[in-house]
Amino acid sequence: MRVKLLMMFLYGYWKRNIIAFFRYIGGLMILLSRTIFWTLVPPFRKRHILQQMGRIGVASFPIVFLISLFTGIVLALQSAYQMQKVAAEIYIASLVALSLTRELGPVLVALIIAGRCGASITAELGTMKVTEQIDALETLSTNPVQYLVVPRFLSLLLMVPLLTIYADFFGIAGGYLIGVGKLNITHSMYLKMTFDPLALKDVATGLIKSVSFAVIICMISCFEGMNAGGGAEGVGKATTSSVVRSFILIIVADCFFTAVFYFLIK
Amino acid sequence: MIELKDICKTFSGVLVLKGLNLTVKTGESLVIIGRSGCGKSVLLKHIIGLMKPDSGSVLMDGVDITKVSGKEINRIRKKFGMLFQSAALFDSLTVFENVGFQLIEYTNKTQAEIKERVAECLSMVGLKGVERFKPAALSGGMKKRVGLARAICMSPEIILFDEPTTGVDPIMGDIINNLIRGLHEKLRITSITVTHDMKSAYKIADRICMIYNRRLVEIGTPEEVQHSRSDFVRQFVTGNANGPLTEK
Repeated sequence: MRVKLLMMFLYGYWKRNIIAFFRYIGGLMILLSRTIFWTLVPPFRKRHILQQMGRIGVASFPIVFLISLFTGIVLALQSAYQMQKVAAEIYIASLVALSLTRELGPVLVALIIAGRCGASITAELGTMKVTEQIDALETLSTNPVQYLVVPRFLSLLLMVPLLTIYADFFGIAGGYLIGVGKLNITHSMYLKMTFDPLALKDVATGLIKSVSFAVIICMISCFEGMNAGGGAEGVGKATTSSVVRSFILIIVADCFFTAVFYFLIK
Repeated sequence: MIELKDICKTFSGVLVLKGLNLTVKTGESLVIIGRSGCGKSVLLKHIIGLMKPDSGSVLMDGVDITKVSGKEINRIRKKFGMLFQSAALFDSLTVFENVGFQLIEYTNKTQAEIKERVAECLSMVGLKGVERFKPAALSGGMKKRVGLARAICMSPEIILFDEPTTGVDPIMGDIINNLIRGLHEKLRITSITVTHDMKSAYKIADRICMIYNRRLVEIGTPEEVQHSRSDFVRQFVTGNANGPLTEK
């Protein structure tokens, strides 16, 4: 009897969670389709888009610079341990360049933007929701998706890949500092070993990933914000949930795209 | 004319409105009273299409707004102005941008014309020189008045007021009452006001209706409501702590 009750409880628990999961994914997909629709409908609010690009891109530049530079340095130092054993320090340049452009650059930038800007978007929209500002927008005949989500969507779509290029560049510069400054690789050799193995597809796949991460960050942060409820506590919960879910989906999407690129364009 | 027919609404299984019927005539000032949480603000949100009823219809000049497309509802909403309970000003915009929101977004007026209209609306609610401030720099009462200025900026045909005098001092409350009454008398604007403030209700209403137990229990002129035979209504309008409303 007890086992039966336990089984029924577990069945109910999983059923509820599975339904909630698909409802959430459905909500994200509906928001994405509405965002794409409203992106194509005038008026195009250039001032809002530029304002968001400043907040998301320009303001994130210092932290992206610092993290990518230090990641490049750490990557070069960590690989030096092993490479020195087989006298292959020269390959550190290639390792840093490839791992940054294909993997670390896009993922690091996405995680930084999800934490820094995604949380801010959720908190802002969540506060607007609980203080009836989103309702007020509707009473003023303005579609909240067009007014609030579209400028953030376009800004993220443009700024995340741009920041990824910055991160790739400064990460490689970090590796260069260690390679040339500490491991005695010559300047010209380091550059040659950086750019020789680096193909356009390495940068392109990283940028494709960063575009998908931008979509994930925008949809999750806006969806969580626009569905926040329960006052300040609800906004806090929505913000936490937005960051956690963005992180998880970014890693899942990264794994998916890496597998796709591995099998399709090996 | 606005007609609400058999409106039913539940939130998380809790029935808030049950078969509510109400007709608001063009050009009248209707005040909705009732205890906190009885569904007054919910009713107001149904009228402007922010909420959809579980069943029933909301007819605006014969058009059921619960069934129209998004584009059509936006066109209908251009006839409305709404003052929210919390004012609901946009934090990221200045007072000027808040009040002139629709003028900036949907008209081809010049900056000078918009400035003039915004200043005019602000002076109507007793504010001057606050255009460049953000809402965070304003007091609660000032926010309410800016919200009111925003609601009247486009000269709407219908204005919905959700507790317009809550959070403002008695003098400003009376100024707001006069303003609502004045708009109604001068421009024959239809106004629907949700309030607890009976002084305000008597001053601005052509008709007062009371919601209790998910339904409309009384509707009539201020005099009729003041001298209602219903114990519920009498207790509410006199603000008595003892009576059938508080016995449950």
